[in-house]
Amino acid sequence: MLDAKIPEGSLENKWRNYQLKAQLINPANKKKLNVIVVGSGLAGAGAAATLAELGYDVKCFCYQDSARRAHSVAAQGGINAAKNYQHDGDSVWRMFYDTLKGGDFRSREANVFRLAELSAPLIDHYVQQGVPFAREYGGVLVNRSFGGVQVQRTFYARGQTGQQLLLAAYSQLYKMKRAKKVEMFPRHEMLDIVVIDGKAKGIIARDLVTGQLKRFAADAVVLATGGYSRVFRLSTLAIGCNGSAIWKAHKRGAYFAAPSFTQIHPTALPQTSEAQSKLTLMSESLRNDGRIWVPKKKEESRKANEIPEEDRDYYLERRYPSFGNLAPRDIASRAAKELIDAGFGVGRLKNAVYLDFKHAIEHFGLETIKDRYGNLFKMYKKITGVDAYKEPMQISPAAHFSMGGLWVDYELMTTIPGLYAIGECNFSDHGANRLGANSLLQASIDGYFVLPNTINNYLASALKEDHPTTDHPEFEKVEKEVTEQISRLLAVNGNKTVDHFHRELGKVMWQECAMSRNKEGLEKAIVQIEEIKEAFWNEVNVTGGHLEMNTELEKALRLADFIELGLLMCNDALQREESCGAHFREEYQTNEGEALRNDDTYSYVSAWEYYQGDFKLHREALTFEYVQPTVRSYK
Amino acid sequence: MKVTFKIWRQENKSSKGNFESYDVEGLTEDMSFLEALDHLNELLVAQNQKVIAFEYDCREGICGQCGVFINGRAHGPHDHMTTCQLHMRSFKDGETIVVEPWRATAFPVIKDLVVDRSALDNIIEKGGYISAKTGTAAEANAILIAKNVADRAMDAAACIGCGACVASCKNSSAALFTAAKINHLSSLPQGKHEATQRVLQMTRQMELEGFGSCTFTGACEVECPEGISLTNIAEMNARRAKAKWLG
Repeated sequence: MLDAKIPEGSLENKWRNYQLKAQLINPANKKKLNVIVVGSGLAGAGAAATLAELGYDVKCFCYQDSARRAHSVAAQGGINAAKNYQHDGDSVWRMFYDTLKGGDFRSREANVFRLAELSAPLIDHYVQQGVPFAREYGGVLVNRSFGGVQVQRTFYARGQTGQQLLLAAYSQLYKMKRAKKVEMFPRHEMLDIVVIDGKAKGIIARDLVTGQLKRFAADAVVLATGGYSRVFRLSTLAIGCNGSAIWKAHKRGAYFAAPSFTQIHPTALPQTSEAQSKLTLMSESLRNDGRIWVPKKKEESRKANEIPEEDRDYYLERRYPSFGNLAPRDIASRAAKELIDAGFGVGRLKNAVYLDFKHAIEHFGLETIKDRYGNLFKMYKKITGVDAYKEPMQISPAAHFSMGGLWVDYELMTTIPGLYAIGECNFSDHGANRLGANSLLQASIDGYFVLPNTINNYLASALKEDHPTTDHPEFEKVEKEVTEQISRLLAVNGNKTVDHFHRELGKVMWQECAMSRNKEGLEKAIVQIEEIKEAFWNEVNVTGGHLEMNTELEKALRLADFIELGLLMCNDALQREESCGAHFREEYQTNEGEALRNDDTYSYVSAWEYYQGDFKLHREALTFEYVQPTVRSYK
Repeated sequence: MKVTFKIWRQENKSSKGNFESYDVEGLTEDMSFLEALDHLNELLVAQNQKVIAFEYDCREGICGQCGVFINGRAHGPHDHMTTCQLHMRSFKDGETIVVEPWRATAFPVIKDLVVDRSALDNIIEKGGYISAKTGTAAEANAILIAKNVADRAMDAAACIGCGACVASCKNSSAALFTAAKINHLSSLPQGKHEATQRVLQMTRQMELEGFGSCTFTGACEVECPEGISLTNIAEMNARRAKAKWLG
C-alpha cells in the first residue's frame, strides 16, 4: 500500500503541522551525517547548499564541467509566486487552484498547496541572494502573466530567469564549498545506486575524465537529476539530460509514477532536418504579447506579412476566448498539432505555426517589445537568420517537461527508504500538465524549503545506525554490475552508431507517445521499442575504451536506459484509458475534441514497480477534500 | 555541402596534441556547427575510430559549456555568439575550418577540444555570492532597487561563464568574467555589505589561478556571447582600488 504520508489538519495547516511534529537533529549530530546529492540544478544545488548550511556533510555530483551549467539554466520566462503584488486578486489559494486545475486534477492537494504557500518566501530568498529580477522605475518588482492563469504572478530576470536563479543557487553552493561543508564532483555521472538492507546507502559514479568507477557512501541519497524528455531525442532539453539515475533507482526498487505524462511545449523552433540534435525553446512569455495564427487556406503561398487579417485564423483566440493565446501548454500544443496535421502548417516543411508581434509592436511600440523580449528575438535571429520584429516567428510543438518521475511521498522520499527525489525527476506537484513558470518554482521549493525540513525525519534514525562504508559487499556487487554493463556495451562492436538508435527510438516515441496516443499505436510502439532494444545490444558500435574520457560511451549508457524507460512510458500511456492534461488518448475525447477525463476509474497516481524485468502497477488514490474536480475548461 | 575540418586531437592532459584533417561531405547549411561535428563523429564510428571529444550541453546558447576556437576566433566568425548557435551557413562550401580548444595556462586541455575551466569556479568560490542562509530573507519588496540599477546588474549578471573572454585575450585574462560577477553583486544593495572582501579576494584568486592581466584591448567584449561590456573591468578596477586604499 502506498502511503503518501499527508499530514493531518486543514489544507492551510498541513505543512505547519508536519514541521511541528518532524524530528530534529542537534547541530553536533548533524555533522556526523552525510548526504549525497546527485544533480546541481535548482533542486540539487538548493538542497546541497541548504543541507550544508544546516550542518550536514554534503557531496554534490553533476555530469557537466561546472554546477552552473545544469539545465535549470535554460528556463527563460519566469517563476511564479503568490505575492499579489499586482493587486489583481491573486492568493495562495488561487495559485493552488490554478496549479491543481492546470494539472487536470491528477496531483495531490496537500503537495500543491504547499508549493503555492512557499512560493512567496522563495522570491524573498532569491532577491536576498542577488537575483536581478525585473523592476519598475520606483524599484518594486515587476510581474507578468503566463499560460493557464488570469493574474500576473510571474517574476522574471529578462529572458534569463533560469540562468539567474541557478547562478544564485550555484553561488550558495560554492559558498558552502568554501566553508568545506560541500564537496563538489563535477564531470561525474551516477551509474547506479547502492541499497543495503533496503535503504539507500550510496552510489557508484563514473569519473568522466578518467573513466574510473568510484564508490560513495552516505546516510541518505538525494536525486535531483531533472527531466527525461530526451527519450524523444529531439526535445528542448540539454543534450546530456538523461533518465539514467532515476531509471537505475527504479530498477533497484523505487516506484516510477506517471512516466508517460510529458509536456509538449507549444513554442519551440520547428525541426529543419534529420541531423538536428535539439529543438530550441522560445519562452512561453512571448504568448503574452504574440498572437498565434495559421492561414485560413491550406496551401497558402503568400508570405506571412502579405496575408490579410481576414485570411488569418487566430485559432487559440477563436477556440479559447477567455484565455486566448495564454491557453495552457498541452491545449496550445494539441491545437497546433491538429492544424499542422490538417495541412495548415507554415514554413518550409509545413510543420510550424506563426507567432506574430505585429499588433503588439503597433500597440506598445518597438522599444517596449524590445525591452520585454529583446534577447529572445536576438536568439531567434541567430538560429533562423530571421528578424522577428519584421515578420512573424515560426514555432512548433516540442517535447519539454517530464511531469512523471520517481514516486515520492509528502516528504519527497521514494519507495526506497533514504532515497529522495526532488525537482523535475519526481512526480509530485504538476499532475498531468505543468503550468508555465511552475518548474523553476517546484525545483527551488523542493531543494531549499521542503527537503531540508523532511530529511531529518529519516536521518534521525540513521544516526543510531552504523554509517555505511564503501567496502560493504553490496558496493562491490553493484560496482561489478556496472562494470559488466560497460564491458557488454564496448564488446558489441556492431556497425551502427548510438545516435542511429536514438533517432529510431525518438521517432517511435514522438509518433505514438507524445501529443496524442491511441491503443493500437502504443501496442505497436512497445513492439518496435523491443526491436530497437534488441538491435541496439547487437549492432551498436561504441568506439574507444572505458578508462578515458569517452563521450560515445556516455551516450550509449544513457540510451540503454532511455530505451527501457520508453517501454515503461508506452505501457503507462496504454494502461490509462482516459485523457487528462498532456495525456491525450484519442479514444477518449469530447465531441469538440477536448480531453475527456474519467475520474470514476482513473483518479489515482500510477506508480510502477520494476518487477522481474516487467512492470507492476500500484495505485495511489487521489482524494479531493477541498476542491471538486471539474471539467477543465479554458473557453 | 562539403568542408575540411582541421581539428586538434589530444589523447589526454599529459600527451602532446596535433591537428588532424577530416574531409566531411553530406552537410547542410541549416546544420549547426556542433551538429556537423556530431555528423563527423558518426563517420568516425563507422570507421571504428575514436570520436572527437568536444563540449556542449544546452545547445541554445545559455549553459556556457560549449566553446572552441574556430578559424582563430573564439566561438567562430560572428560577434556575440556561442559555438552552439553557429550554423554551417556561415561557412563556404569547400572551406577548411580549423578547430582548436581554448588556449590558456589556466585552462589545461583534458582531451581533444575539451578544457578544464574549474579555475572560473574557484574565482566564484572566493566571494561570488551573497552570504544569505536559506530562510533568512526579508520581504522582497522591502529592498527597493531602481530600474536602472537592476538593469545594470542584470547586464553584468548575464555572463554565461563560457571562457571565451579568456581564450580571446592575448594575456589570457579572466578580468571580464571576474568583473561581471563582482559588479553584478556589488552594485545591488544586498551585495554591498561584502563588496570590499569580494573584490579583493576574487581578483586575488584570479591571479593565483594563472590568468594574465588585462591590457584593455577589448578582444573579450567582441567574443562575449552576452556582450558583457569592457567598462565592467574599469568598474572592477575602481572597486578594487577603493577597497585596497580606503577599505
